[in-house]
Amino acid sequence: MAEVDESSKPLFAGLSDISISEDIPVEGDISVPVGSQNADNDLSTLDEPVKDTILRDLRAIGQKFVHVMYPKKSSALLRDWDLWGPLILCVTLALMLQSGSADSEEDGRPQFAEVFVIIWFGSVIITLNSKLLGGTISFFQSLCVLGYCILPLTVAMIVCRIVLLGGSGVIGFAVRLIVVTASFSWSTFASTAFLADSQPANRKALVVYPVFLFYFVIGWMILTFSPSH
Amino acid sequence: MANTDFHLEFQEFEDDQGFIKSNQSSTTVTIDDPIKSRKQRKATGTAPEEEEIDPLDSNDQTELLSGEKRSAPFWTFEFYQTLFDVDSHQVKNRIVGSILPWPGKNFVEVYLRSNPDLYGPFWICATLVFAIAISGNISSFVVNHGQPKYKYVPDFRKVTMAATAIYSYAWLVPLALWGFLTWRNTKITSLVSYSFMQIVCVYGYSLSIYIPAVILWIIPSEGLRWFSIVVALCLSGSVLVMTFWPAIRDDKPRITIAIIATIVILHVLLAVGCKACFFSRPTYEMDPSEDHNEPLRTTSTLSST
Repeated sequence: MAEVDESSKPLFAGLSDISISEDIPVEGDISVPVGSQNADNDLSTLDEPVKDTILRDLRAIGQKFVHVMYPKKSSALLRDWDLWGPLILCVTLALMLQSGSADSEEDGRPQFAEVFVIIWFGSVIITLNSKLLGGTISFFQSLCVLGYCILPLTVAMIVCRIVLLGGSGVIGFAVRLIVVTASFSWSTFASTAFLADSQPANRKALVVYPVFLFYFVIGWMILTFSPSH
Repeated sequence: MANTDFHLEFQEFEDDQGFIKSNQSSTTVTIDDPIKSRKQRKATGTAPEEEEIDPLDSNDQTELLSGEKRSAPFWTFEFYQTLFDVDSHQVKNRIVGSILPWPGKNFVEVYLRSNPDLYGPFWICATLVFAIAISGNISSFVVNHGQPKYKYVPDFRKVTMAATAIYSYAWLVPLALWGFLTWRNTKITSLVSYSFMQIVCVYGYSLSIYIPAVILWIIPSEGLRWFSIVVALCLSGSVLVMTFWPAIRDDKPRITIAIIATIVILHVLLAVGCKACFFSRPTYEMDPSEDHNEPLRTTSTLSST
């Protein structure tokens, strides 16, 4: 017994000093917070005015826009992904790029559906590609990142439209080229900053290239946009 | 006697992921590296088809059964993950190997071994589709720039046409070739037989030479275009012929010649067809909205030259 106490002394030192005698009553109360508080939380968001709900979501979207414009290593885009931002951007871009409905002169311009399908289908293919190559990012997180990073290209589209209002000359074309190139590289850089961490190290180039191709094609569609006279 | 350093904490083993990751990032040749170990085995003369059970392989679905690489059924996601099991430098090597044919090296043996991938064929075809569409638009813009009646309209339907043509070439021709080779294999035993994925891989990578050729076609000089077509055809055609030669040389000479001729002719047709359909000739005015009239006009100029 003595050796046992000695060998276990450094571990259980002090335990032997504790003795619980039966005549000390132990009292207290144990209360478990039951679901009534959670139900209160649910009811409180249900009860709030619609303006609050919408503003909260808009603020979240706006915060993600800020994260895209100044890409640093933050996980906000990945953690709380949502697809509202990509939808707004995609619809805006497709609306601005589409051709008129019954014009025969503008047969070559993409229809609204074509732009929409290219953006979403392209994002799905790139996400599948990165998952097949062994990426750890989830499907919707990747869609979210790719969709939000179209923001610089949408801004470039607006700038191009404004430049085209002043007539389409060589200087206008040069300005548009510079703006589209800058925004396309910004988009690629921003999405790479978010997506690169989730890929295995020796396949990063394989994952970045399709993203580059995707934004290049969208940038090309923006650059070759010619207004209807 | 008392062991003061004895801690009853459970010593956490590093989880498998960390262990594998540290091995994969090392640059020395380790036995865990499946590609390098296959190279070593190939050098010592053992057949490359047999896969030993690699206990440290992180993806334990691929190499469980010896002799079979894809043990996962084709409707699961893991099956397709095994088809994307390539690194960046491997893709780069395969592209270089398909552009520069070397007389002794068979593309399938040297670069693919038993690891054909779908990444290369799919993204090379996608790049080629967009390269053709963009270069076609640029070339028609450059050619018709000075003419007053011309209004540049980006022709978006070229993308869908190019996509259909190139993807059907890259998938249907390998399917037909694989079916034909498998049928011939029942009649004659040949030493080399290729799986469907390997044939798709070879065809996909052989299209990679066309990407710089298509970009060169922007310059509206007929001589340059034909020169680049011939060079590209020679390089990729010879890669294809050298790849399939070991599989068909044991057959009757007529069939051998017929297969080789078919491969080459289809390759030529793809190149010339793309050039004719998407790139305007500098001699006549092209109306960009009347896209369906183009093949008629170009065939007439083709027959006249």
